This record gives sequence, structure tokens and C-alpha cells, in this order.
Amino acid sequence: MSRPIAGGRGDGIERRACSPATAVAGEQGTRQWRVMDSGENEEEQDMKPSERMKIARQHMPEQEPLVRARRFTEVNQGYAPTTACLEAQRCLQCKDGKCIKGCPVGIDIPAFVAAVSENDLHKAADILFAANVLPGVTGRVCPQETQCEAECIRGKKETPVAVGYLERFVADWAREHRKDLFTPPPPTGKKVAIVGSGPAGLTCAGECAKRGHQVTIFEALHIPGGVLVYGIPEFRLPNFIVEAEVETLRHRGVDIQCDVVIGQTYTIPELMESEGFDAVFIANGAGLPIFQGIPGEHLKGVYSANEFLTRVNLMGAYRFRDGEADTPVMRASQVVVVGGGNTAMDSVRTAKRLGAEPAILVYRRSREEMPARIEEVKHAEEEGINIQILTNPVEVLGDEHGWVRAVRCQRMELGEPDDSGRRRPVAIKGSEFDIPCQVFIEAIGTRANPLLTQTTPGLKVNKWGYIEVDANCMTSIRGVFAGGDIVRGSATVILAMGDGKTAAGAIHRYLMNGK
Amino acid sequence: MMFRILNARWLAPQVRWIEVEAPRVARHHKPGHFVIVRVRDGGERVPLTVASSDSKTGVITLVVQVVGATTEVLCSLETGQHIMDVVGPLGKPTEIEEFGHAVLVGGGVGTAVIYPQAGALKAVGNRVSAVIGGRTKEYVIFEKELGEYCDVVYPCTDDGSYGYHGFVTGKLKELLDKPQEKVGAVLMAGPVPMMRAVAEVTRPYGVKTIASLNPIMVDGTGMCGGCRVKVDGKMKFACVDGPEFDAHQVDFRELADRLTSYRVEEKIAWDRLHGEHECKLAEAERRCASQ
Ligand SMILES: Cc1cc2nc3c(=O)[nH]c(=O)nc-3n(C[C@H](O)[C@H](O)[C@H](O)COP(=O)(O)OP(=O)(O)OC[C@H]3O[C@@H](n4cnc5c(N)ncnc54)[C@H](O)[C@@H]3O)c2cc1C
Ligand code: SF4
Ligand code: FES
Repeated sequence: MSRPIAGGRGDGIERRACSPATAVAGEQGTRQWRVMDSGENEEEQDMKPSERMKIARQHMPEQEPLVRARRFTEVNQGYAPTTACLEAQRCLQCKDGKCIKGCPVGIDIPAFVAAVSENDLHKAADILFAANVLPGVTGRVCPQETQCEAECIRGKKETPVAVGYLERFVADWAREHRKDLFTPPPPTGKKVAIVGSGPAGLTCAGECAKRGHQVTIFEALHIPGGVLVYGIPEFRLPNFIVEAEVETLRHRGVDIQCDVVIGQTYTIPELMESEGFDAVFIANGAGLPIFQGIPGEHLKGVYSANEFLTRVNLMGAYRFRDGEADTPVMRASQVVVVGGGNTAMDSVRTAKRLGAEPAILVYRRSREEMPARIEEVKHAEEEGINIQILTNPVEVLGDEHGWVRAVRCQRMELGEPDDSGRRRPVAIKGSEFDIPCQVFIEAIGTRANPLLTQTTPGLKVNKWGYIEVDANCMTSIRGVFAGGDIVRGSATVILAMGDGKTAAGAIHRYLMNGK
Repeated sequence: MMFRILNARWLAPQVRWIEVEAPRVARHHKPGHFVIVRVRDGGERVPLTVASSDSKTGVITLVVQVVGATTEVLCSLETGQHIMDVVGPLGKPTEIEEFGHAVLVGGGVGTAVIYPQAGALKAVGNRVSAVIGGRTKEYVIFEKELGEYCDVVYPCTDDGSYGYHGFVTGKLKELLDKPQEKVGAVLMAGPVPMMRAVAEVTRPYGVKTIASLNPIMVDGTGMCGGCRVKVDGKMKFACVDGPEFDAHQVDFRELADRLTSYRVEEKIAWDRLHGEHECKLAEAERRCASQ
């Protein structure tokens, strides 16, 4: 129903535009497509807002919940080109796109969406990559509902344009179809060291390389990506997507050295004094898992979410049975996870995929206060995750051999608002009950890892151990910058990337003008 | 990254001496530090002691005992072959003080931990003795090397085939009982039951006793909490807060128990390595179900 437009770019990519003509009220699947030639394309540009308004938000194709709940392959399957085009046409092309303000890295959203609707994916990719070096990642993991999509004018009355899905679509297309058209800038002769290869580090590296600085990333683990590879599971963000984005950076001349722990293998002063780096960007993440401090946390079967997810994602423990990975993880028929964020959701959905029945999530506040992305909560529930709100673990119970056998929980009710403005959960007396389980995972947050900060004299940290920076991401040490979770506490991928970008700009000014 | 093995040889049955080219680790290595090693693609991350290092040649020495599939694969590597990843040095170094007389206690490959400590303790002017144990004579390692730094080395064997007949604790108690020995501190590394026993021996004497712990680790940078141990009733992460702690405060029972967390999986991996295809998975499953 579509054909390549003659005289395309000769890159084998179908350039076609879709028309909503017959599609307006149609359900997905029954929709008819009409291919337009370039003349019609013009016309398409001038689609009337009323026509655009008639198109309903396009559904993201997903694997069937019951099937995917047993596998680690990605849940979301991505838009087909025609769906993407239709979704893009929903955009009203507002003059001062509010969505842009919602995006921490300021992607020109209306422009890239327009390019998608015109089927000029090269252009769309150019616009995306200009602002965001990891669109394949952010298109999958950004909490769009509180960022770009929250600002979308269409969202005020009905549903916002699916910016995240379109971003993912363009990024995936670019990965498949586009060679990196990077022309190396003239070298500045300046050397920048980056600590940590999570989203903050990778972004800063990309931006510094663009400006001609020689960049080396030092990563403690054996592969780059930070939380993107050790934390976020494959079914949400396949590791090959991260690998591809990392490959692009390598292609751009970024040197990535794994197995180096800054603070142990080298210190920051050494990097600057003996290793010849002119500037350093610290992006070592938050890292240290917090335990609740309840009795029984030493029992076999108690994990921090970080350990559980690292075993499964980074070390591939879900393939232990097939003999493809040497790292084991405890599989259990009943698993309880405590927490309400993305980490908790990822843990409980991972446990489910490893065979837990039931996989239960307990959270001490109410559902509205769960910090997890809405899509994750929805996906989790579809997959049969049992979510118990207003419930808090008070003790892990073990058997005579030291294995977990149950978690004792307490029911909570909402009391007066606390400092965060959220109503404080208060325990209901006498409401204790036991949930049988063999694995108990704590996903209640992280704190700053002191490994690096304590070996860097003069580096100012706040009372929680997070690094203090100015508006340019510069720390108390000249030439040393920091960003991401080690500055913000646990935040988001895109905020970490925003910091990486801000820091790169500041590093450039510092290196070139000394300020 | 790939790390070349410059020399690999057997020190004792199932105990291998492996010199690895790892200049960055060698530069900063201090007694008490360890490294995390990933032998091959798809491999586990395992913590190993650095027995010695030379910052000039960039070489570190690992002493590895075959205790499971990963260590067996590592010990099968020959000179000239490579280890996929070596990261470190990790952990806090030993606090080297003037104790007067420092007694080092090493059991099995734990002896590799106390070896660099001996040099450092001697260098600051301590009198240094070492009590090292093995099941039989051939399991006693590092005797000669320790002799370079120590004033006295007491080998002990369980069967009396060499040196003192009995456990290291017996020999240690003799020293503690002699007033002229004036034992100022005991530093030790070895199997958990040994460390637990040593802690109990020194406790009544009130002698400062430091143990180098060996819990299961993943990242070795404080990120996973898998290495948590209880010290003085508080949770500590051995990879960043340790691995050395006041032995009188360590909950050894808990440590020993946590070390058995992957018993079944370790057996599966071992059988797999040895080509025993009989499937132990059913057993693992049963364990889950019966818990
Ligand atoms: C399970 C999970 C799910 C999440 N889901 C989402 C989501 O859906 N959407 C979202 O926006 N955010 C999500 N987040 C949060 C997000 O991942 C983080 O905010 C973000 O990754 C922070 O980026 P960063 O670059 O600051 O640090 P990190 O990603 O933590 O990377 C830090 C890197 O530095 C390395 N490192 C640490 N110390 C050293 C050292 N001393 N020397 C050298 N290297 C070092 C670490 O190994 C790591 O690779 C999630 C977090 C987790 C844990
Ligand atoms: S990067 Fe994140 S916030 Fe920005 S447009 Fe994309 S999805 Fe929205
Ligand atoms: S090994 Fe992961 S925190 Fe120590």
C-alpha cells in the first residue's frame, strides 16, 4: 500500500507520506494508506488543525502481557512507519512549542515531529541528534508524561502527541539506516577525563568530542553504560541499543577505558597532575544502595535492587541456566519487592520473568505517589504484578537454614502532609501480616558513593555526600565539573544528560578562555 | 581490556601463582587491597587478593585456589594467555601501625593476604611473626617469602607432617601466653572457621585483631551491597568499608552462612565445566519450591 517515492535519496529508504484521509476514525489495522507524491507532501504540510485533531493517539504495539512476562525481550515493539507518520500529524505545530520547554535538553520537538510527518527521517534524525546524543535511550526511558508530553497543548484536552514514541522511532531508524556523518572537528589539543559512562558521562563525552577535545572515559565496570546497562532491564531498554550509542561515541574518537575506578586506580588530582588532563567531568552516579535497616536483611534471598538487577542485566544471570553466563541469581517461586520507583518496578518485573508467581510489590504510600513512570506501572499490572499500596515491610523472616521464608508487613494509612508535601504514611497498629516469599528485594533508593569524593581533597559535597556545583556544573575545584545522580541524588536519565551537556559547554569555555 | 599472564605455576595442590600485567593496579596497590577479576566473556566477577605488586614492572601477583568453576577456569590459564578484566586496587588498605610485635595468621590462600602486610609492618619497625597453616606440608605456602620480612615463621599442619602439629590457633595461643612475646596485634586471613576461631583465641587477651573478610562480591565498588557483613551489629559493605575489620566485632556466623548462598548454582557450574550434563536444575528448582 505504499511505494518508494521515485527520486528519493537512493539510500534504499522509502520516503513516503501517509494521509489521514481515510484513517480518521479507523481503528489501527483497518486503516488505509495513500501514498503521496512530493506535490501532495506540500499539501500535507498544510493540513488543517481540525484534521490533525481528528487523529487519535497511536497505540504503541506491545508484546502480549502473558507472553512477555516470561521473556526478557523488549515489551514495546516500536511504531511502524505509517503509524509514526500518523502520530506525527497529530502535532499542531504550535508556534512556541511548549513541549520544548518540557524537555530538559531542549529538543526542537515540533521540527522533528514535522520531519517525521513529511517522512524526512534524515532531517528528523539531524534535529534529534543535534540536541540529544542518546535518543534511542531517552525515547524508551524518559518520563515523557511529566516532561515534553505534559506540556503538549493537545494533552490539555485529550491525549498529548506521543513525543517519546516518535523519538524512539527516529532513533531506531537512524541506527539501522544511517552512517554516522560525523566530520571530526579540528583538534583543540585539550584533554578531558570523564568519570563514569552513564548517561551524564556519555553525553558530556559526545559534546566534548564535537568541540574537538580529546576525551577519555574511565568506567569502573567492565562495560560502559552505567545504569542503562546494569540497572534498566533488557525488556525496557535492550543493551544493544546502548552499545550502538556507545559505538557512535567511539567512532567519534571517544576513548573508553573500563576497569578503572577513580578514587582507587587513579585519583582526580592524579588525572590532572600526572595524567595530563585539562578538565575532568565527574559522573559516577549515586550508586550505594540503601537498606531499610529492618531485622533479617542478612538472610540468604535478600537483595538490594542494584545487586539483583546487576546480576540479571549486567552479568546476564537469566542465561545462567543455558550455560551462557557464569553469574547466578536466586530464582524463587515467590518474590516480594519493596519500593515505588522505576527500580522497584524493574525488579519486580524481572523477578516475574525469572518465574516468580506471585511477584509482589509493596509500597508504603499511595499509588498516586509512586515515582515510577506511568507506563511501567501499567505494564507491570498487565503482566500480573501484584501491587500492594500502603504496605511496609518491618521484618524479614528466615528458616532454620538462613533462607528467607516471608516478609512481615504492616498496613499504613495516610496522615498529615510531610516536608515533601505528600501525606505521611502512618502504620496501622496491629495490622502486621506475613507474605511468604523466598526472595525479598529492597528498592528504596540509593545514596552517594564516597569512593571518589573522599579521595579528592577540596571537593565540596553537601551533607548527603552529593557533589556541590555551580550553574555551570563546576565543582569547588577549578577545572573539575560534575553532573548526573552524584549531584542531584537519584534523578533521571535525561536530567543526567542535561548536566552532561551543560558541563560540556562550560568545559569548552573553561578550556578555551580559561573561565 | 585484556590482561596478559606473565607467569603461572602451581604453588600447592589446587593453588596457583599467577603474575599478571596490570600496571595501573600495580602502581597503587597497598597491602590489604584486592582486585576483581572477570576471566572471560560471560564470566563472573570474583574478588582476589593481590599477593604482591611491582610498580616498576607493572606486574601484580594473584594467588588463586580452585574452589569452583570460575577459579578452575582461571587456574587453567597458562603463561601468555589473557584474563579479560582486572579492576583495582579495591578496598581500603591495611592500617599499618607500630604494634611492637605483630603476629600474622594465614590459613590456606589467606597466607597470600598477609604476605604484603608482613613487609609493610616490618618497614615501620615492628617485630613480625607469621603463623601459617595448611592441611599437610604441601599446602603450606609462602613460608620462604614470608621469611624475608618476618622475624619468625611458624608453619602449622593439621596432620603434623610439617612444623607445628595442629591448627594455627594452637600456635597462636602459645605466643599469646608467653609474656615476653608481647603480642601487640594479630592480623589474619583465611577460611571463615579459622578466622572465627582466631578471634575467639585473642578475645580474652584483649589483643587488637584484624580479619580480612571474603564475602561474595559483584562490583566491588559499593554499588550492589552483596558483600554486606555485620560488624559491631552494623551493616558494612566489605568492598568499600573493608575488607579488613575488627575481628572481635565481626559476625562470622552470618558471613559463613551468606557464603553458602549459591551452593546449588556453584555445583551446577562445576558440573557443567566438567562435562557432567546431568541436570541439576531440577534440584535448584526444588530448593526454591521447598523454601
Ligand atoms: C533500575 C533503574 C531504573 C531506572 N529507570 C529510569 C527510567 O526509566 N527513566 C529515567 O529517566 N531514569 C531512570 N533511572 C534513573 C537513571 O538511570 C539515573 O538517574 C541515571 O542513570 C543517572 O546517570 P549518571 O550518568 O549520573 O549515573 P549512572 O548511570 O549511575 O552511571 C555512573 C557510572 O559511573 C561508574 N562509576 C561509579 N563510580 C566510579 C568511579 N569511582 N570510577 C569510575 N567509574 C565509576 C558506574 O559504574 C556507572 O557506570 C533508573 C535507575 C535505576 C537504578
Ligand atoms: S528527550 Fe525526553 S523529554 Fe526530551 S523530547 Fe525526548 S522524551 Fe521528551
Ligand atoms: S561488592 Fe557490590 S557493594 Fe561490595
